[in-house]
Amino acid sequence: MDKLMNLKLKVWRQDNAEDLGRFEEYEAHDISPDMSFLEMLDVVNEGLIESGKEPIAFDSDCREGICGTCSMVINGTAHGGQKGTTACQLHMRHFSDGMTITIEPWRATAFPVHRDLVVDRTAFDRIQQKGGFISVRTGSVPDANAIPVPKDDSDLAMDAAQCIGCGACVAACKNASAMLFVAAKISHLSLVPQGQPERERRALAMVKQMDDEGFGNCTVTGSCEAVCPKEISLDFIARMNREYGRALIKKGTI
Amino acid sequence: MGFITGIFKTSLGRKYLMAITGAGLFGFVVMHMLGNLLVFAGPSAINEYAAKLQALGPLLWVARIGLLGMVGLHIWSAIKLTSENREARTVEYEAAVEPVDAHRRDDIVAKFAARTMIFSGLIIAAFAFYHLAHYTWKVPQINGAGADFESFYVTADFTTPLEGGEEGKDHADVFKMIITGFKVPAVSVFYVVAVGLLCVHLSHGLSAMFQSLGFKNKNIGLWMDRFAVGAAVLIFLGYISIPVSVLVGFIK
Repeated sequence: MDKLMNLKLKVWRQDNAEDLGRFEEYEAHDISPDMSFLEMLDVVNEGLIESGKEPIAFDSDCREGICGTCSMVINGTAHGGQKGTTACQLHMRHFSDGMTITIEPWRATAFPVHRDLVVDRTAFDRIQQKGGFISVRTGSVPDANAIPVPKDDSDLAMDAAQCIGCGACVAACKNASAMLFVAAKISHLSLVPQGQPERERRALAMVKQMDDEGFGNCTVTGSCEAVCPKEISLDFIARMNREYGRALIKKGTI
Repeated sequence: MGFITGIFKTSLGRKYLMAITGAGLFGFVVMHMLGNLLVFAGPSAINEYAAKLQALGPLLWVARIGLLGMVGLHIWSAIKLTSENREARTVEYEAAVEPVDAHRRDDIVAKFAARTMIFSGLIIAAFAFYHLAHYTWKVPQINGAGADFESFYVTADFTTPLEGGEEGKDHADVFKMIITGFKVPAVSVFYVVAVGLLCVHLSHGLSAMFQSLGFKNKNIGLWMDRFAVGAAVLIFLGYISIPVSVLVGFIK
């Protein structure tokens, strides 16, 4: 077994949405390099609970990199900065003994902090509710290949559909723009036949909701793409720009 | 929401405006540079070119109003978008960006040109205003050369200086204005700084423009980035060649 590590943590603590919040420092002792980042926080929290203090609140669910719940900025980098990796899949072997790790919540006006590292990401849900779906008969599963989809289109749609809605794109963007998320959702459904009937309405409504939520605008810096745990390509933002322009010309109004 | 509100009142619509007006202004910057470079062909070439532009009459005003409109829209959407961006994050991160894969830092942190678009843009706008006052409105107090450009005219051969020429009647001696104007080091330095910022601005803007209009992708994107940097550098070199040549006495 590799040598255990001792780390210093500088963590954002905020009691509730109204609290001003502050950084607090903690020590993490005997951390195994094989632990995930969240497991390291679990160990720290056990210690905090034992000493009668409030544990650090953070979001997590599946802990296998697919649910998009974990959300923290580790050393200034959303999800810590390992290529294509969520915070829960980031392992402590990437850190070195004795180093100080700063942990902050996503910072965006549209993602207000609930508590400590937990932010309210329902803005994404509201954008999704405006058009990130298809209106079809539910019930029995349709026959396989009943609707032919060209392989290239389905591959591209699946690349966009990988988005887990974690919000790292917003967190990393200097403008707190949600365009990579919205682009992935709009592109995913615009590429497949099932998404065609609502194609224009979807683009117009989702972009409008994105604006209304108070996200910033894209400056094409590429930060979002670089931190995205699902490596959603910046190309989808270009595709969204096309989709939106097309919808404005074809439909103009929602 | 109609088409027009969709353009003017949404994030993506304003990005279209930025891109389209930016493309138009880039076109002007290129044509203006090519025109200016005629200074190397001697006084008659550039003075004749200037006279032909002046002779366009109403068309010249269409171009001027068009340019002014593009500048206005470009600045308006820039200020609007930037203020929205500022409001979208009011609390900055404490820690500097240090990803666990240190080599990925440059991909994650926005490039200098992208971060400073509003500043480079506004300084360029301020310079453009000075530049107009300097050479178009010919305000003698600001040229620093102690000369009145309003008195620089040439005869019909575009070369021989003409005393007591008249605005609108005689041809302006643009060549002499350039030489006299750039002989003032402070003026030339401001010019070079502004063109340098224009180069930085274009190195990001020219490729972001394709993205905003939806033309960029991973196949062609690298060439768009190269085009942006290449065009920005060529424009920088093209423009600064004039004050530098004047200062070192290559053209006189």
